[in-house]
Amino acid sequence: MVPSLGFFFKLIPGLAHWPSWLVITLVGVVLAGLIFAFIALFAIVGIWLERKVSGHMQDRLGPMEVGGWHGWAQTIADTIKLLIKEDIVPEKADKFLFKIAPYIVFSATMGTFAVIPWSRKFIPADLNVGLLYILSISSLGVIGIIMGGWASNNKWSLYGAMRSAAQIISYEIPISLSLIAVILISGTLDMQEIVRQQSGTLFSWNVFHYFPFAFIAFIIYFIASLAEVNRTPFDLPEAESELVAGFHTEYSGMRWAFFQLAEYGNMFVVSAISTVVFLGGWQPIFGFLSFIPGVFWFLGKAFILVFVQMWFRWTLPRLRVDQLMYTSWKVLTPFSFALILIIAFWKVL
Amino acid sequence: MKNYFKNIYQAIVTILIGLGVTFRHLFVHAVTIQYPHVKRELPPRSRQKLFVNIDDCIGCLQCARACPVDCITIETIKAGKDEDLGVTSNGQKKRLHVVKFDIDMSLCCYCADCVFPCPTECIYMTPEYEFATYNREDLLIHFAKYTPEQIDALRQREQQKKEALAKAKAARANTAASESKKPNPNTAKS
Repeated sequence: MVPSLGFFFKLIPGLAHWPSWLVITLVGVVLAGLIFAFIALFAIVGIWLERKVSGHMQDRLGPMEVGGWHGWAQTIADTIKLLIKEDIVPEKADKFLFKIAPYIVFSATMGTFAVIPWSRKFIPADLNVGLLYILSISSLGVIGIIMGGWASNNKWSLYGAMRSAAQIISYEIPISLSLIAVILISGTLDMQEIVRQQSGTLFSWNVFHYFPFAFIAFIIYFIASLAEVNRTPFDLPEAESELVAGFHTEYSGMRWAFFQLAEYGNMFVVSAISTVVFLGGWQPIFGFLSFIPGVFWFLGKAFILVFVQMWFRWTLPRLRVDQLMYTSWKVLTPFSFALILIIAFWKVL
Repeated sequence: MKNYFKNIYQAIVTILIGLGVTFRHLFVHAVTIQYPHVKRELPPRSRQKLFVNIDDCIGCLQCARACPVDCITIETIKAGKDEDLGVTSNGQKKRLHVVKFDIDMSLCCYCADCVFPCPTECIYMTPEYEFATYNREDLLIHFAKYTPEQIDALRQREQQKKEALAKAKAARANTAASESKKPNPNTAKS
């Protein structure tokens, strides 16, 4: 909280004279509002982009009508439609759990935004255990998914939720292990410090440390993060062709939109984490380009990774459940263990 | 063990090949036609909405008879002896008032069987295909140009003509009957 408080004091000098509890609450609310606005905006742009990318990859055009230029207002129109849609709660559903599930999923997503360093100065909460915090809170979302699937009182939803639980438990391990490989390199869990250590050129980023071992760790993290955010080829929890829509089959209107917001928020979060941990966060590609603000580099790298996620989605078919488990337990986990060993040895040598 | 690494290697290579394919298609020109703005050119002789050039119609009913789904309804009234309805564009004399020429496009099966028998080539398929309506009755298209008053007048005239004809027939039948009342020598015997 301290760096962001300092950031706000510099912005509005009069704020420093206010009582500290009020300032902290105020700054927290403003930051939460900003993050929510960013997630909503990112979801709007991301969904449009996803539809365009998928369209062009299949030699189609995607949305072209709403708003004029290449249908840029399509998702805005969709959002308005979702806002005015009827909020349906199934009669046999567990009403309370059904209603709060989307908010838990979404707040888990939003919580991870707290420790993401946007630039040299701006990070909402500069925890010294930032990476650990992200790992722990990002797996909280699955509780919301299970709640939604269970409360819907629908077999498809429950299947989706159970798959989601199995998947996230399996893929948490390669994620954590591949991040441990990087923690070995940087020796800290502080997000801002990890980025600061990667200053210099492209080749001082963590991906190019102990080449090619950190790079393999990056690939493992990327694959496992795809599974963590339930995107193709690991979209078994919502597998349209098998489970209708998985855990959010029964949801409609704004509650469904919150699941969607959380999905796109998660896409950004995992891309942001791989940017921070492996690709140098807000560091420019070369030192002499540092006059361009860090936010540009950070968002640029994260958006490229988001594009790669979309690219994967429209290339690969969905995995079977056994293939999913095989990939996690028999390929990614042993490989990341081996990486930790190799990097640790190399570091000691 | 060898199989395990081979499997991983193949997975990576095939994924990269797949990514290459999709990336190349990202820049391939889209095959989509932006329909309401850009329309595909229809093939020649394509069959869409029917049209009747009623000025050329001689009311021969050949199209209605050819129609396999009976979607054409025609009603004609004979022209009077001193009436001249003009000629069609290919020189045929028109002898009938075509007071009703309705085509129900909701029944039409677009076979174009009505087009070929027409002696004056006045019924044909147009390239127009955007005639969806909110009401099915709107698909019943009226081609006849007569106003209801004109049709009524023509019908009345026809009725009078018929009545006159019937009267004449009755009168003739009466005279025939009175003639047959005379005893016939052949029938009387039997």
